[in-house]
Amino acid sequence: MEIQFVLNGRRVTARITPSTVLLDVVREKGCYSVKRGCETSNCGLCTVWLDGMPVLSCSTLAARVEGREVTTLEGVSRQAEELGLFLAQEGGEQCGFCSPGLIMNVLAMERELDHPDQDAVREYLAGNLCRCTGYASQLRAIEKYLGREV
Amino acid sequence: MFRAKEYKKVESLEEAYELNQKRSNVLVGGMMWLKMGRGQKGTLIDLSGLGLDQIQEDDKEFRIGCMCSLRKLETHKGLNEYFDNIFRECTRHIVGTQFRNGATVGGSIFGRFGFSDILACMLVTDAWVELYKGGTIPLAEFAARAYDRDILVRVIIRKDGRKAAYITQRNSGTDFPVIACGVARKDGTYYFSVGARPAKAALVVRPVTGESLAEQARKAAEAYTYGDNMRAGGEYRRHLAQVYIRRLLERLEQTDHKAGEDAGRPEPESQKSGPWVAGQEPEAGRSGPAQEGV
Repeated sequence: MEIQFVLNGRRVTARITPSTVLLDVVREKGCYSVKRGCETSNCGLCTVWLDGMPVLSCSTLAARVEGREVTTLEGVSRQAEELGLFLAQEGGEQCGFCSPGLIMNVLAMERELDHPDQDAVREYLAGNLCRCTGYASQLRAIEKYLGREV
Repeated sequence: MFRAKEYKKVESLEEAYELNQKRSNVLVGGMMWLKMGRGQKGTLIDLSGLGLDQIQEDDKEFRIGCMCSLRKLETHKGLNEYFDNIFRECTRHIVGTQFRNGATVGGSIFGRFGFSDILACMLVTDAWVELYKGGTIPLAEFAARAYDRDILVRVIIRKDGRKAAYITQRNSGTDFPVIACGVARKDGTYYFSVGARPAKAALVVRPVTGESLAEQARKAAEAYTYGDNMRAGGEYRRHLAQVYIRRLLERLEQTDHKAGEDAGRPEPESQKSGPWVAGQEPEAGRSGPAQEGV
């Protein structure tokens, strides 16, 4: 079957099977920031936005995105770079494998929550696992990023 | 991950029901749990085009569509104001925001999973399940039923004035709960729900008695059976259930007390003569229905 959707502002067409998940489609389209991690809906590495909402692309049927808007890190590169600098300055990424998913979720949180405190940040990002940093440096970076002058 | 031969975004519940009668076909909710399965499916039946992803509220009830996400449940202002944030509490520990944006209420309730926070929480409210062919039945009855091929269309929660509280314990954040406890009270009746035992949650209804809250909690916890799994042993769960139910009962008492103070009224009845002691006769009008048991 064939689907059409908007990927990072560009209309695209993809051929899929009924059980293809969105993760495979966006990677096939060259969005390699979207990582295949646990595949049990737990790690957050595959986070993309579907109509602006963060979702797990490993658990989203590709057929369901017909006519909808999908955004990956490639579509928000300017904001991602800005947040990425904060992460780098605080040692908030080591292997970097989780960073794209984390950044997508932080940017979604920034839009959704108004001045979140640290507990709210931790809760919102609980579905983004990192096996390198222990989270403290990521949280410092996010706190500074959210408190930056814009 | 399973494979499927076809995908169908249905245009009516009747179409979905007809397709769902074939055993190899499967209704797709959020797909969080379903995707863990293997093998070949027939047709994936998608209800996402039927407008069942919303929570509707009027002065009598909340009507929660089966495709409503857990995140909507978590953030719905009306639900959380009416039930003192129990829906936020029962959802916020579930994996992560992205997961809860995908997982659906229908998938959680229809699955009747032992680990389900949603089922454990909703059971203490006046919740009903609207089935496409099976009519509208109490959630507690639905939870005890065997699986069939009907379609869960909505969960309806009536505004019957219950005060409710909910709590879980997890070995680590975002994991499945080791125990999940809910308590609600209306007039002279307590509604208890304990899930992740690890068996699925079930409702126990008991009268409010003159006994201490600890004793009432003990009796409620003893009405359930507990088992072992990789997360905890049965005896540990039994102990946790007793402690958490007592804490929830205390929380409900405190809520009453605060409401009384806020309104400038005298303390509620339940606070006047406390603490209750075992063996004390219940006050007149405090006895509830005789229904009891899991």
